[in-house]
Amino acid sequence: MTNIVEVRGLTKRYDGGFEALKSVDLDIKKGEIIALLGPNGAGKTTLISTICGITRATDGTVSIGGHDNVTDFRAARNLVGLVPQEINLEPFEKVMNTVRFSRGLFGKAPDDAHLEKVLKSLSLWDKKDAKVMMLSGGMKRRVLIAKALSHEPRVLFLDEPTAGVDVELRKDMWDVVAKLKADGVTIILTTHYIEEAEAIADRIGVIAKGEILLVENKDDLMTRMGQKTLKIDLAEPVNDVPASLSEYDLTVEGEGLLYSYDTKTERTGITSLLADLQKAGLKMTDLQTRQSSLEEIFVSLVAEKEGAP
Amino acid sequence: MNLQAIRSIYIFEMARFFRTLMQSFISPVISTSLYFVVFGTAIGSRIQEVEGVDYGAFIVPGLIMLSVMTQATSNASFGIYFPKFIGTIYELLSAPVNFLEITIGYVGAAATKALFIGLVILATSFLFVDLHIAHPIAMLAFLVLTCLSFSLLGFIIGIWAGNFEQLQLIPLLIITPLVFLGGSFYSVSMLPPIWQSITMFNPVVYLISGFRWAFFDTADVPIGLSLFAIGLFTAICVGVIAWIFRTGWRIRQ
Repeated sequence: MTNIVEVRGLTKRYDGGFEALKSVDLDIKKGEIIALLGPNGAGKTTLISTICGITRATDGTVSIGGHDNVTDFRAARNLVGLVPQEINLEPFEKVMNTVRFSRGLFGKAPDDAHLEKVLKSLSLWDKKDAKVMMLSGGMKRRVLIAKALSHEPRVLFLDEPTAGVDVELRKDMWDVVAKLKADGVTIILTTHYIEEAEAIADRIGVIAKGEILLVENKDDLMTRMGQKTLKIDLAEPVNDVPASLSEYDLTVEGEGLLYSYDTKTERTGITSLLADLQKAGLKMTDLQTRQSSLEEIFVSLVAEKEGAP
Repeated sequence: MNLQAIRSIYIFEMARFFRTLMQSFISPVISTSLYFVVFGTAIGSRIQEVEGVDYGAFIVPGLIMLSVMTQATSNASFGIYFPKFIGTIYELLSAPVNFLEITIGYVGAAATKALFIGLVILATSFLFVDLHIAHPIAMLAFLVLTCLSFSLLGFIIGIWAGNFEQLQLIPLLIITPLVFLGGSFYSVSMLPPIWQSITMFNPVVYLISGFRWAFFDTADVPIGLSLFAIGLFTAICVGVIAWIFRTGWRIRQ
C-alpha cells in the first residue's frame, strides 16, 4: 500500500520554547483509518494542525499525495479536509451557505448536487436553510464534517470528532467514517476514547509528550489484548506449581496461582484446569479474571513516557 | 490564482452586509441628514460660502469621506477579526489560498460596502443641497481608492486586534479625529498659518482635498499630491499585509 501522507522529522517549538512535537515520523497509508490516541496535551492537535498548514513546522517536512505542504501547498491542501476539535462556525450563516463557502475556498466550482449528497449523508439536508446558531451541538459538529467533505478531499483529518457527543451520534459518525473509507478516503482521527479507536481504526498510533510511541495494526494490538489471566486464590498457599498441573501455563503468585490463556482460542482450558486443581487436592477460595486492554497498554506506554525525564 | 476562493470569500462577506441591509442603509442616511441639518442649515446659514461654494455643498465631500473611511475600516477589520474570534480562521489557513486571494476577497467586500454607503450618502445629499460634480470620473476614482485603501488599513487592524476594544480603538482614536481635523467641514485655508502647517502632516487632508477638487475644482493641496498620498498609503498597507502573511504575525503560529 502506498503512503498518502508522509511526515518526516516534524518538530514544532512554540515561541515560548515549548516543544509540542519532537521530530515526529509518521506514514499514513492510502485508504486506511488511523487513530491517534493520546492524553490531553500530547500533541495530537498540533500534529494535525501542522500537517494541514494551520501552524508552521519548526523543522521537518510533510508530504501529502507526494506534494510538499509548504512548497506545493495548493496541491497538498486540495487533497485534505479538516474537521477541527472546537466547533468553529459562523453562527449567523445558513448551513448550505457555509458549506458552499468551504467548497469555493478550496477552488472547486459550485456543485450543489454534491453538497446535497454530503448533507444527506450527515442527516443535515432538512437543516440546510437553518442558521448555524439554531442547531444542536451534535448537528454543528456534523456541519463541520460537511464543510470538510464539501470539496471532495482524499484525506480527512478528524480532530476528536466525538468529544462530547452522545452515544447515538457517535455511532452515526462511525457509520459516516466507514462509508468514507469505502469511497477510498484516508482518515486520520484523534481521540482519547479507546473504544472509538478499537471500533473503527485499521491502525492505532499512540502519542504522548510530542512523540509517537507506537504505531501498530489494531488486530495485532487486539491479539495482545486477547490475553487474559485467571487468578486463583488458594486456601493453603503453594510454593511451586504441582507437577500434575505442569501442562497448564501457571505461575505462582502470592497466595495463589495465575493462569494465562487466550480468549480467542476455542478452548480456554479453564474447565479442565479447575477439575485438575480439585484432583490435585487444592482448595480454591476465590477466582478473578483480568484482561490486558488497549487501555492498559496505552496507559503503561504513556506512564513510561511521562515518568521518563 | 484561486478565483473560486476569492469569489467565495467575497460572496460570504457580502452576505453579512445584506443580512443587515437596513442598518447598513438607514444609519448613514440618518447621520448624513443630521449633519446637513446641523452644519448645512443651522451653521451654514451664517457661513454661506467657502471658496465660492455654498457651505451646505462644501461639506458633502467631507461627509462622504468621513463615512467611507470609518465604514471601510470597521467593515474590513471586523471581516477578518470575526473569523479569528470565532475560530473559523482555521479554514482560511488550511485552504489552498494565498495571502493575495484572502486579502482581495475580504478587502474587496469591505470596499464594496463602503462604496455603497458613500454613494447612498451622495444620493442623500442631493436632497439637501444643489450639487454639481466638476469631475465625476475623478470623483468616483477617488472614492473607490479611498474605499480600498481604508479597507486595507482595516484589514491590518483586524489581524492586529486581540479583542473587540482594540478593534474599535484605531477608528475611534485615530481615524475619526484625523478626518474631523482633516478639513472635512472647513477649508484648510480658513485656519491660522501655524495650524495650516500642522494640518499638512495629517494624511487625510490630502484625500479630502483631492476628493473636494473632483467636486468643485478647488483644493487645499495640488491634485497630483493628493493622488500620490493615496497611492503611497495604499502601497504601505499592501506591504504591511504581505509582511503579515509571510511571517504569520498574529494569524499563524
